[in-house]
Amino acid sequence: MAIWRRVLTPLICLWLTACGGGETNVEMGNREKILQFGNRTEPQELDPHIVTGIPEANIIAALLEGLVAKDPKTLEPIPAVAERWEISDDGKTYTFFLRKNARWSNRDPVTARDFVWSWWRALQPALGNQYAYMLFVIENAEAYNKGDIQDFERVGVKALDDHTLEVRLTHPTPYFLQLLDHQSTYPVHRGTIEAFGAPDQRGTRWTRPGNYVGNGPFVLTTWQLNKIIEVRKNPYYWDADNVRLNGIDFRPIENVSTEERMFRAGQLHITQTIPIDKVPEYRKNNPGVLQVAPYLGTYYYRFNVKKPPFDDPLVRKALNLAIDRKAIVTSITKGGELPATTFTPPDTMGYTAESDLRFDPEEARRLLAEAGYPDGEGFPVTDLLYNTSEGHQKIAVAIQQMWNQYLNVDIKLNNQDWKVFLNSVNLGDYDIARAGWIGDYVDPNTFLDMWVTGGGNNQTGWSNPRYDEIILKLAPAADTQAERYALMREAEAILLDELPVIPLYIYTSKSLIKPSVHGIYGNLLDHILYKNVWLSDADGNK
Amino acid sequence: MFKFTLSRILQAIPVMLVVVTVTFFLVRLAPGGPFDAEKAVPPEVLRALEANYNLDLPVWQQFTHYIGDLLQGDFGPSFRYPGRSVNELIAAGLPASAELGFYALLVAIVIGILAGIISSLRPNTAQDYIPMSAAMIGICMPSFLLGPVLVLIFGIWLEWVPVSGWGDIPGDKILPALTMGSAYAAYIARLSRGGMLEVLSQDYIRTARAKGLPERVVIFKHALRGGIVPVIAYLGPAFAGLLTGSFVVETIFQIPGLGRFFVQAAFNRDYTMIMGSTIFFALLIIVFNLLSDIVAVWINPRLRHQTQGG
Repeated sequence: MAIWRRVLTPLICLWLTACGGGETNVEMGNREKILQFGNRTEPQELDPHIVTGIPEANIIAALLEGLVAKDPKTLEPIPAVAERWEISDDGKTYTFFLRKNARWSNRDPVTARDFVWSWWRALQPALGNQYAYMLFVIENAEAYNKGDIQDFERVGVKALDDHTLEVRLTHPTPYFLQLLDHQSTYPVHRGTIEAFGAPDQRGTRWTRPGNYVGNGPFVLTTWQLNKIIEVRKNPYYWDADNVRLNGIDFRPIENVSTEERMFRAGQLHITQTIPIDKVPEYRKNNPGVLQVAPYLGTYYYRFNVKKPPFDDPLVRKALNLAIDRKAIVTSITKGGELPATTFTPPDTMGYTAESDLRFDPEEARRLLAEAGYPDGEGFPVTDLLYNTSEGHQKIAVAIQQMWNQYLNVDIKLNNQDWKVFLNSVNLGDYDIARAGWIGDYVDPNTFLDMWVTGGGNNQTGWSNPRYDEIILKLAPAADTQAERYALMREAEAILLDELPVIPLYIYTSKSLIKPSVHGIYGNLLDHILYKNVWLSDADGNK
Repeated sequence: MFKFTLSRILQAIPVMLVVVTVTFFLVRLAPGGPFDAEKAVPPEVLRALEANYNLDLPVWQQFTHYIGDLLQGDFGPSFRYPGRSVNELIAAGLPASAELGFYALLVAIVIGILAGIISSLRPNTAQDYIPMSAAMIGICMPSFLLGPVLVLIFGIWLEWVPVSGWGDIPGDKILPALTMGSAYAAYIARLSRGGMLEVLSQDYIRTARAKGLPERVVIFKHALRGGIVPVIAYLGPAFAGLLTGSFVVETIFQIPGLGRFFVQAAFNRDYTMIMGSTIFFALLIIVFNLLSDIVAVWINPRLRHQTQGG
């Protein structure tokens, strides 16, 4: 029929032009040394003192550099803008010696005054910096940020000269050097920011390509919304000779299945994650591209301890003892997660809490009876709240069944849209709620200081005076790391004894990485040091 | 015709007013705010953020501020993307969505009308049942299923077309256009089959055939014009929907369009972005409905007569 010919011919032509392959992103990337990076979502901003998310941090780490960086294998502090540093005997004063060849991407030198100004900016209340607290270990920084003192001179940061920066801390803080590799402590270029608005103004145009002046190994060249962010090698970076990539293309890919398909089709070198149900398949058929590593985060349930029957520690302990964590990680999450018997992941900078959390249905039934609910009799209707997601639902269903099977307790599952969920938890409008916590830095403090009375992230209503005393007073003032860890173990023991939260498992980071990518190692923070990454030409097997 | 158009435009004003007002208050009633996050925002930071976006004012004052800006064509700053205005986000997403919508519409019209004609020529035979069953499947099959299936077959197994992207690799626009167009093609097929069947049974078609005109001329010159009137009425809102993008198709194929912004704005409680996209979408629907009415009148002499009379 004539109609068919008229319509089909152009369609087939269109089709044919599309075929015949062509070069994939990965092949192009290997040839031009440009890493193709799957980066989850469109970044909200690229201002280091405003952003909070991981996709943003991934990009900013290419554009800016702090005083200290982290070794990509061990996470130990390594020199960055500071070529060396000295720590006073009391552990409270740090003197950083900045390298003289550190430059901004417009060739201005990076000086100690840049850091003073940047931290002043990061602490401006009007900027609404959600990570300002990362600087609170510095003397008077918190008081300044909260408006209690107005004079920035009193904050413990001072440029002794262009290349020497002195920082005074309130307490000796063993993890302070780590904080200097967090975006909230990165320097920003004063002249650029002031050219586009007031220093404490949110969302000015200084972060756009062409405007952005950074001091990192790469410069921002392209930013197409929801499509791509391109960074290219910064020739003025002090260590440019050792930067082996010519650039990185960050692609915001929200859908994990799309990301995995793009990886398979050679459009990405590295993905942020992998769909859970694909893990076994990759393990079996293509283990070389799958990278799984323990991650500094805990998946847990929180109790509303203000609400009966969860105000009774016996009830909380009984529910905890009736959870078979091993079954959850082996048959549900399946990504190599570790069953959590402590809240702080084990071996966090050498710290491991003591714990007797275990699976013991016998004891669970006994405790529940002791609390007044023999064989689950009379146990009130309880809601288990989680934000809408297939993964959370599977875990909730499993736990619902365990509690029903071992304790004869009926739990109703209740899922809510993310923002509604956050609101409910925040208002204390829940019985038991799902939660996850990712550490900001590798130190038990980031897992323990949230449980102090009235802490913004506590949200359980739980409070214990001894715990508060240790976390707020004794541990920060401890002289040695051993003493500090001993105090923290005592605090965590209190937490695990009273159980306002039930830790379930320790997260793992999972990504797919092409064999041509080198210099990326799985580590606790899923941290990549870009200047350490290189691409080989052929995509042979690693 | 002019009077008809003018009155429709005037009717649109109160409609828009209701849309703006209702949306404004509804988004603020939804639990959860734009700055809620897994890590609790310290109260003083929250206060600074709210002051930044006038959220510390009484709601009625926020409303008057908003209307004031809106009258100047300013949708305000996005809460989710601090450095972006809503106007900028819409402008960034529209080209890709509009282009995709256009291709999808093309796919839908060509496949849909052809299938409709083919089935209407021999109703209740295999020539009718096969395209119509395909259409039924097309209507029922959601794009979140069809998209990945097409990608799997043509992108990964056969390697004919790229699995995702938009304007990066030649041919990457084919699968999204097919995925998005197929559901619309299916509707159009059913509508045009119905329209054609009705027209084909009319006297003037019999007259045309009796004159000895070739079947091709009878179908395409005489019958089609009347047969596609129901399709035209459907195309207006369909085109508005296609233009503003599809969250699902854009997410599957990694297309930088409007649909993702629309849906995500709601998840993120990005109040200004929700408002901006709703108003924009409402405007498009009104405009395209009007256009399709005008085209329908122009194409159908009987309607033209009615509007001139009334």
